[in-house]
Amino acid sequence: MKRVLFYTNQFFGQIGGEEAAYTKPEVHEGPKGNANAIAPQLADAEIVATVICGDNYYAENMEDCRAYIRTQMEAFRPDLFLAGPAFNAGRFGIACADACAFVEEEFGIPTVTAMYEENPALEMYRKRIYILEAGKSAASMTKDARRMAGFANKLLAGEAIGLPKEEGYFAKGRRVNVFSDKNGAVRAVDMLMAKIHGEPFETELEISTYEKVQPAKAVVDLSKAKVALLTSGGIVPRGNPDHIPAATAKVWGRYDLSGMDRLEPGAWESVHAGYDPVYANDDPNRVAPYNTMKQLAEEGVIGEIYPFLCSTTGNSTSVADAMRMGEEMVEQLKADGVEAVILTST
Amino acid sequence: MSLELRKVHIRDVVLGGENRLTDGVLFIDTKELESLILEDHRIRSVSFDLARPGESVRILPVKDVIEPRAKLEGGSSFPGVLDESMTAGGRGITVALKGCVVTTTGPIVGFQEGLIDMSGPGADYTIFSQYINIVMIIDKHDDINPHEHEEVVRIAGVKAAAHIGEIGLTCEEYEKTVYDWPVIGERYAQYPDLPKVAYVCNCMSQGLLHDTYFYGRDTKKMVPTMVSPLEFMDGALVSGNCVSPGSKTTTFHHLNNAVIDELFERHGKELNFVGLVLNPMMVTLKEKYRGAMLVADLVESLGVEAALITQEGFGNPTTDLMMACKNLEDMGIKTVIVTNEDAGTDGLSESLPDMVVEADAIVTTGNSNATLLLPKVDRVIGKLEDIERVTGGNVDSIKPDGTLLVEIHGIMGSHNLQGNTLLTAITV
Repeated sequence: MKRVLFYTNQFFGQIGGEEAAYTKPEVHEGPKGNANAIAPQLADAEIVATVICGDNYYAENMEDCRAYIRTQMEAFRPDLFLAGPAFNAGRFGIACADACAFVEEEFGIPTVTAMYEENPALEMYRKRIYILEAGKSAASMTKDARRMAGFANKLLAGEAIGLPKEEGYFAKGRRVNVFSDKNGAVRAVDMLMAKIHGEPFETELEISTYEKVQPAKAVVDLSKAKVALLTSGGIVPRGNPDHIPAATAKVWGRYDLSGMDRLEPGAWESVHAGYDPVYANDDPNRVAPYNTMKQLAEEGVIGEIYPFLCSTTGNSTSVADAMRMGEEMVEQLKADGVEAVILTST
Repeated sequence: MSLELRKVHIRDVVLGGENRLTDGVLFIDTKELESLILEDHRIRSVSFDLARPGESVRILPVKDVIEPRAKLEGGSSFPGVLDESMTAGGRGITVALKGCVVTTTGPIVGFQEGLIDMSGPGADYTIFSQYINIVMIIDKHDDINPHEHEEVVRIAGVKAAAHIGEIGLTCEEYEKTVYDWPVIGERYAQYPDLPKVAYVCNCMSQGLLHDTYFYGRDTKKMVPTMVSPLEFMDGALVSGNCVSPGSKTTTFHHLNNAVIDELFERHGKELNFVGLVLNPMMVTLKEKYRGAMLVADLVESLGVEAALITQEGFGNPTTDLMMACKNLEDMGIKTVIVTNEDAGTDGLSESLPDMVVEADAIVTTGNSNATLLLPKVDRVIGKLEDIERVTGGNVDSIKPDGTLLVEIHGIMGSHNLQGNTLLTAITV
């Protein structure tokens, strides 16, 4: 029989109401409080213990609470962790979701919680864990307990988890490929007809919102500044020593420029699949204008040139990978005292 | 304008012997075809191979895929490519050999060439696994530079497709469809109760292996242009072996444009298909603004209430797509766009590098970054190691046990942005 550890708050754990919201975490053997609504519906599993914690205490002492959960995880060695349902209770929602995320990431076992769609914890944690849809208040406890137990049974049995709508969980935000029974052209015309007739339709890709990058303050005196050259145009030493892929790069390279006045054709090449590389191979300075930088340094316009080229292929790179690589480059450049950067694309 | 398209079904292909078509079996005289291809003195050698659906065969690096075509009446099958003089496509009688394709391969030109698996999980991701691939392996002379190399293989592919198409020219067993494209006034007046719809076909126009040819002309030298869908069907557009394999619009895709097919399917029943704009997507921002402006200008002149835009490539072309969408929506033209996604191998990143709020109706043809493990195959036509250099592959793609780990990017037409794929993506 599989083992389940359950988490709930002071209210559903039958300790008290708001006055008990600072209750420190405690553990009870077997199911307690609303754990009893779920326990009988678990197929081949038992709730071995119930952790109960006051909502305020959890929200204000997260590290302590996680440490307490860690101890219980080690003591009870469960196969699955259940928390909630939290309905529309914000602090309880955060406690449930945070406990699940902690357990899943630290112990690698599946976790399940549930809450109402407007619970603020949803947006904070949905990418990391399964959050099932639940009602606004305890009035839907029976229904929500059934859904949680059913989902937990699937996870414990190792069954494949279906789509968010089929299973009743909030999408985590991960895009996965599937085959449709209609090709894209047919679906596009279907969508167009619905749009024309003012009928409801569902876009297959939600509009993204991007983080706005705040430009750095201007360099006060360029003639005293150390400036680096960066490119997403895929200029690398011939032979591509870091094996930077032609597209979807997840790595970047840093290449020594000391002693050079320009990037010599033949010694450097473009490995970027997103543009015609012939002209860049003829003269790599067309994409990474190190020769011009050098000239500006000689004229005194630029104080000093950072003696390395930082390069990757910005081609079909996911926004997430691009942001990570950018952060890595900045860390290196800051450590090396670089004050400004010229970043070229293709 | 009226085009009779005769579809001749090919059930098998035999290489060697004399050219003939008997009971659906296509015999190709490869000696004759070889001498035809070698007329281009830039080619050192050419050889032929076959890959059939279900076989344990992998073809790479694939440059283009072309459907064999011939004209019984009204000009040549790929006007403006092989001939000096030309007759516009979309008129007369055209014979299309269905069930087989000409697939060009040979030493790699650039990073944009792809793979076709004829069986296994990779076969599900490419429509070309369903066709008998007549593979043409072309090797060029050493002194041919990359731009010429691309031209050599492009023209050789078209030549072979036109030559093979001729074999079926007088075949008496065929399925016939007649497409009509009346003059603009008539098109506008017909079906007054049905919504008028336009199609905007974006095509890549950005240099080596990023080009498209319209009646043989490089589309970089064009601005958005009104084109008849019958011309699309009839060889007016040839792929410049363009873009990364997954999002590639091959010449086959242009000849069998999935959106044009679907719009004709519903024409006169649910909608009135009144026009098509070809939009070359160029490199610089100013060109993109110009292109999007002219697209809106042309679509507006058609008096439509809705438009559908398809895409080729990703990254900077996403900006062309979004600009055109915004301009059309701003005019009150209801717009649906088709795009792929680059959501990262884990699917957790934002899907597109650019977006406008007007793009509220999007069809996705899948996350191109998703990886797929392909089994070892019995036979490789081409050179397996090239996977390390092409889009979707890297130096770690070939595993010690002979399996191949690729992003679906690397598979020919896996997420074709004219919607000629069943692939899509959902959020979980």
